[in-house]
Amino acid sequence: MAQDAGLATPDGAPVNQAGATETGEGVRRRDFINIAAVAAAGVGGLATLVPLISQMAPSADVLAESSTEVDISAIKPGQAIKAMYRKQPLFIRNLTAAEVAAAGKVDVSSLRDPQTLEQRTKEGKANWLITMGVCTHLGCVPLGAGEGEVKGEFGGYFCPCHGSVYDTAARIRKGPAPKNLEVPEYVFNSDTVVKIG
Amino acid sequence: MSFPWANEYKPSHPFMQWMDSRLPLPRFVYNAVGAGYPVPRNINYWWNFGFLALICLGLQIVTGIVLAMHYAANAGIAFDSVEHIMRDVNWGWLMRYAHGNGASAFFVVIYIHIFRGFYFGSYKPPREMVWLLGVAIFLLMMATAFMGYVLPWGQMSFWGAKVITGLFGAIPLVGEPIQQWLLGGFAPDNAALNRFFSLHYLLPFVIVAVVVLHIWALHIPGSTNPTGVEVKTESDTLPFFPYFIAKDGWAALAFLMIYCAVVFFAPNMLGHPDNYIPANSMSTPALIVPEWYFWPFYAILRSFTFDFFFIPAKLMGVLAMFGSILVWFFLPWLDKSPVRSGNYRPLFRKFFWFGLIPSVLLLGYCGGSHAAEPYLMLSQIGSFYYFAHFLIILPIISSIERPDPLPFSITESVLGHDGNAALGAAA
Ligand code: HEM
Ligand code: FES
Repeated sequence: MAQDAGLATPDGAPVNQAGATETGEGVRRRDFINIAAVAAAGVGGLATLVPLISQMAPSADVLAESSTEVDISAIKPGQAIKAMYRKQPLFIRNLTAAEVAAAGKVDVSSLRDPQTLEQRTKEGKANWLITMGVCTHLGCVPLGAGEGEVKGEFGGYFCPCHGSVYDTAARIRKGPAPKNLEVPEYVFNSDTVVKIG
Repeated sequence: MSFPWANEYKPSHPFMQWMDSRLPLPRFVYNAVGAGYPVPRNINYWWNFGFLALICLGLQIVTGIVLAMHYAANAGIAFDSVEHIMRDVNWGWLMRYAHGNGASAFFVVIYIHIFRGFYFGSYKPPREMVWLLGVAIFLLMMATAFMGYVLPWGQMSFWGAKVITGLFGAIPLVGEPIQQWLLGGFAPDNAALNRFFSLHYLLPFVIVAVVVLHIWALHIPGSTNPTGVEVKTESDTLPFFPYFIAKDGWAALAFLMIYCAVVFFAPNMLGHPDNYIPANSMSTPALIVPEWYFWPFYAILRSFTFDFFFIPAKLMGVLAMFGSILVWFFLPWLDKSPVRSGNYRPLFRKFFWFGLIPSVLLLGYCGGSHAAEPYLMLSQIGSFYYFAHFLIILPIISSIERPDPLPFSITESVLGHDGNAALGAAA
């Protein structure tokens, strides 16, 4: 229809589908506007995704979780305590000489996650086994740190969720967990106080 | 689309005529779920479960909106707010029991609906899209129910959330950052609880939207039926209204009677008592189990206790668990038999009743038990059969099986004869 504004210029010159008059004028101008508009919308849309995605990451107060200091003077050989670090359980265990020896006897190359007890403890303090109390399978708290809890067949920890068994160096020995219990960063402030994190 | 003999909408009241030319919503309803939608006359009770699923979805949305008026998604008070619903809010106990057991009822119904599809070959052409959308709905339901279960912030809520988000930690390299991103922290806490509530409120409405697509796709070829023979003539069908509305209504009442019996007389039968203990991040319950409807999948997850070639056991378990549902997406192309209904497939039928069903029940039983022998070994056997059924057995039997003779038409299967059959034979 003649009055259809999209198909003819005001002076009646015929217009092709791309909206350019047949003189060739206007093609580049309209293409430029199209590309600029789509590019601006695209870049703007992508930029909006950044805050939308990153708002879900741990917030500042969660990240600001300060480090923890723990007094270990009351832990006798063979005992362990559960502390809290980053809202997760932390095991601090005073190994007996027999447990240290048992960990040393294992052929490291036969392990799923090969590490020696020495690599997992501080020099001269091989009896202080400090690990996260978070099973590396799916995150349960293994048993073995509390008084009277089962320690599993390797004398370390036993995870009741899916049956992972850890030895006296908290190394994975059996079950579905892929890694040894994680050793967090820590320092001995003194002989009786450790600072985690 | 519909069959050419479908009744046509002819409003007689002047207001309805006025309406029809402005917003033909009544016409749409008439053609979709009214007298204008012809349905195979021989569908049996297994075909009622789609309607029952709709009832469940409606129930969950209504009771859920009520609960959300009284629930507080804050790790400090969530548990107490649920107890407040149970003890102080007028009829709060009813709303909560109706919602919790409504979730279980929904899964009972949906599992029957899915296995109806397995048995009668509902996923075969031309209904692949109906099937694919259905699997998508099932995945959304699983996510919704999982996040809903976290909301009361009891011990099972907390540890369920930890174990399930821990699954993402199994992804190589990016797993741990993804897990922390999902949780908004290093372990489930306030941030996780809040976002789970937000999504738990959202997803049911996404489900509503996908259900609309599911039914839209279904109404193009129309329902299949126990013979699997496609509709040929008008004598093969009856209009949805009043015949199938009445039948669905009957099924709905029967369903609601069973559902109400559970809500009123055994409301905690399917729940786990540990979820009445407030969440404690320092102590794991002796046995972490999800709700019963996730047990088969949980058993598959736990059945991988050994590394699989170069894939670590943990990752393998996660892949297998997701794979056990994703394999349904490929079903229309794995089962190549042109015969739809299991009623006419003697070999398929044996593997369905004596293979698939027992293996899923076995997995369900193991998934609710301790992660120790003999359950681990039984889960491994169950998982092996489950995957073999879809990936090996179905493709093989669909090529070697000799199906039983099919009836000429739906009418013949119902009446024992069909006047058109002679024409078919002569042609
Ligand atoms: C697909 C539909 C839905 C499913 C499968 C589902 C499932 C669940 C489950 C399993 C629970 C835990 C029940 C319990 O421990 O008692 C739950 C809780 C909850 N749901 Fe839903 N839900 C659905 C829809 C909704 C909707 C639409 C809303 C709100 C708009 C909602 C709001 C809630 C609230 C507030 C709770 C926590 C209170 C409680 O624990 O009883 N749900 N849901
Ligand atoms: S979480 Fe410890 S074995 Fe699965």
